[in-house]
Amino acid sequence: MPDIVAEKPGRKLLLLGNEAIARGALEAGVVFASSYPGTPSSEVPDTFFRIKDQAGFYFEYATNEKVALETVAGAAVAGVRAMTTCKHVGLNVAADPLMTLAYVGVNAGLVIYNADDPSLFSSQNEQDNRYYAKLSGLPMIEPTNAQELKDLTVYAFDLSEELKLPVILRSTTRLAHSRGAVKLGPRKKTQKKGKFTKAPFSYVTVPAVARRLHAVLLDKQAQAARISEASPLNKVIGRGKWGVITNGVSFNYVMDALADLGLKDKVSVLKLVWTNPLPERKILSFLKGKEKVLVVEELEPFLEDSIKVIAQAKGLTLPIQGKARNLFSRLYEYDPAQVRRVVARYFKVRDRSPRPLDLSDLPALPNRPPNLCPGCPHRMTYYAVKKAAGPEAIFPSDIGCYTLGLLPPISMADFLICMGSSVSSSAGFSRAQDKKVVAFIGDSTFFHSGITGLVNGVHNNHNFTLVILDNGTTAMTGHQPHPGMDTEMAGLPNTHIDIESLVKGLGVKHVAVVKPRNLKKTQAAVEEALKFKGVSVIISREICPLYGRRFVKPKKMTFTVDLAKCTNHRDCLTTFACPAFYLEGGKVYIDENLCIGCAVCAQICPESAIVPRKVGG
Amino acid sequence: MATLRIVFVGVGGQGNLLASRLLGEAALQAGVPVQVSEIHGMAQRGGVVESAVVLGDALSPIISPAQADVIVGFEPAETLRALDKANRKTLVITSTSKLPPFTVAIGQGQYPEMDQVLGLLEKKVRKVIAFDALEKAVEAGNVLAVNMVLLGALAGAAKLPVSRNRIEQAIRSETKKAFLETNLKAFDLGFEAARAA
Repeated sequence: MPDIVAEKPGRKLLLLGNEAIARGALEAGVVFASSYPGTPSSEVPDTFFRIKDQAGFYFEYATNEKVALETVAGAAVAGVRAMTTCKHVGLNVAADPLMTLAYVGVNAGLVIYNADDPSLFSSQNEQDNRYYAKLSGLPMIEPTNAQELKDLTVYAFDLSEELKLPVILRSTTRLAHSRGAVKLGPRKKTQKKGKFTKAPFSYVTVPAVARRLHAVLLDKQAQAARISEASPLNKVIGRGKWGVITNGVSFNYVMDALADLGLKDKVSVLKLVWTNPLPERKILSFLKGKEKVLVVEELEPFLEDSIKVIAQAKGLTLPIQGKARNLFSRLYEYDPAQVRRVVARYFKVRDRSPRPLDLSDLPALPNRPPNLCPGCPHRMTYYAVKKAAGPEAIFPSDIGCYTLGLLPPISMADFLICMGSSVSSSAGFSRAQDKKVVAFIGDSTFFHSGITGLVNGVHNNHNFTLVILDNGTTAMTGHQPHPGMDTEMAGLPNTHIDIESLVKGLGVKHVAVVKPRNLKKTQAAVEEALKFKGVSVIISREICPLYGRRFVKPKKMTFTVDLAKCTNHRDCLTTFACPAFYLEGGKVYIDENLCIGCAVCAQICPESAIVPRKVGG
Repeated sequence: MATLRIVFVGVGGQGNLLASRLLGEAALQAGVPVQVSEIHGMAQRGGVVESAVVLGDALSPIISPAQADVIVGFEPAETLRALDKANRKTLVITSTSKLPPFTVAIGQGQYPEMDQVLGLLEKKVRKVIAFDALEKAVEAGNVLAVNMVLLGALAGAAKLPVSRNRIEQAIRSETKKAFLETNLKAFDLGFEAARAA
């Protein structure tokens, strides 16, 4: 792993896009950072967490993105350079502070790194967050490769300080998760401590103040537009009667396409790094004299719409196209061959790239969906709850590894829209229909946005059971800490917050803590909870085995199927479905390399045919 | 510089991302322009893991369907699944050691016969190099070194703009001491297996 702190300026490192951003923040002299993890942004806070002491800045994991943004807003208004990071839907959570922080502004550089996820590799939607820049009035900077991710992070800090406005730095999954050569720059020395001068009539957004601050924001936007207009980052490449306007990762696909199609001297490219505010005069002069222009941008026609408005205002009538049935889609990420194909079609040249193979005679391959790990406590909890509540109950779910409980044979997820929606939607489900409602939420997600929903459920006398899957970590995004974790075991100085006391403090009258490895007791506890009229909570506590083995070396005790006893019910396989099971010659076996010895399948087998493997046997 | 596009495909836990990163590091040290792209997130959950290394002047970090010059498959069914990335001229290097997905165990789908997998590969592309990379890793003394075996096979079979020496250097600088010897041995066994094929 490259040492992004110790390496000297001038050195070239192969950095992941997100690592490049972390290095950029170091070079910009970041003093304070706070984030909630979210793919594809997580490696920035992960890197911050790893290097903060070595590099000498402050970083903390926040309970959610709104908290993180408010935290760094305080730091940046107090006068130190600050940064927060999030995935696209994370910015939804932080949208409330975002909109008004734009009015108030900052006194030291504040950069908000936002990573969109076209194609939904690991997200619940593929919204285009460029609209947040327009909605909030904040400048947005879009790098196109790892080097620019680093360089423009530094630029964004300087820009933020110049404008006294937060700046949004946007990437997408492909940029965040691609590695490229990055030449390091020097690290800037910045003020470690700020000095806050009271000015309540600038910082306290009561209507009279905010009314004035809105006008201030418009002035800053005009200033930002002048900087955008003059910025060499928005760059025209090549000459020609045809034009392409593009941003982000698509820029690379366009340049490769033009080279491959032999169009380099016919098509001129306008690369837009500033996507808010747009350099309108630069765009206008680019359009003038062109026969036709293609806009290449993933997701929504954000640039295309604005460019058409700019052209219309000056009476330009050349064709400007992007999203169209025979050109680009608003769906999913693009790829190089797709862009080449559309560029060739639009400018009517031949695309001689290699043809796909005829794969019609390939056999149907077995799917390989992601799966809960062997020994995953979520599988145990799901099994026990299904026994207690029956498969007919309604199971609102939430965001984490346990969402994989959606897949058969577990099939224990019925509704999910966003972080925290399990708890709040349960209130609606339980009033609007008569089946039992059992919601599932992970511990980290509960702290992120489950607490307010639970208070609402208790206060309004709703009737549902919430199962908090307490595995002691934020597993899905890479085992980040959270308030409910065992901070002592992890050797962190943070304060532990006990979920059981918290839930009781919120007014929940029926609370049980179970160990899901004991299926019978877990099932009994859920049955009790379901009898309770009102909101009941089950805390199912068992450490994530992938995380836990960092601290305790797992025992080498695994299980095996006693073939003399096994009558081939296959309950283990068809209902519990641990991936350590496999079939061979019509019989079930346990892969001892995968088995972690949780002993739960042994409790399920009706013939008690699953037994500990004898040492050496 | 002409562009060489290499797809690495496998299953979570096989070390596919490390293999692509090491090739990337070696290219960087050799002064060859390089882009590496990775799919994160599902690696620990038994899903398919794909990464791509683009060497040369192309700027795009990912590889489109039909555009791969080389496919390095860590698992035979996944190699077959990745054939949409291939064209007639593609070189396919695959391990023949199977890791059947869990769906097969619960009766949702059938794992293809190895003869069928190899027959289809041979029929579709210019050249196929297939051998049991797990066996070579075991021979080298580290069952987890399948990625090093296949990286070696890639160096042995493809015309890389990066020397074998550079890749071994990258392995040296990125491997823990305890595994260094077995990793280099695994790389060498893969290299020789590909040369012999």
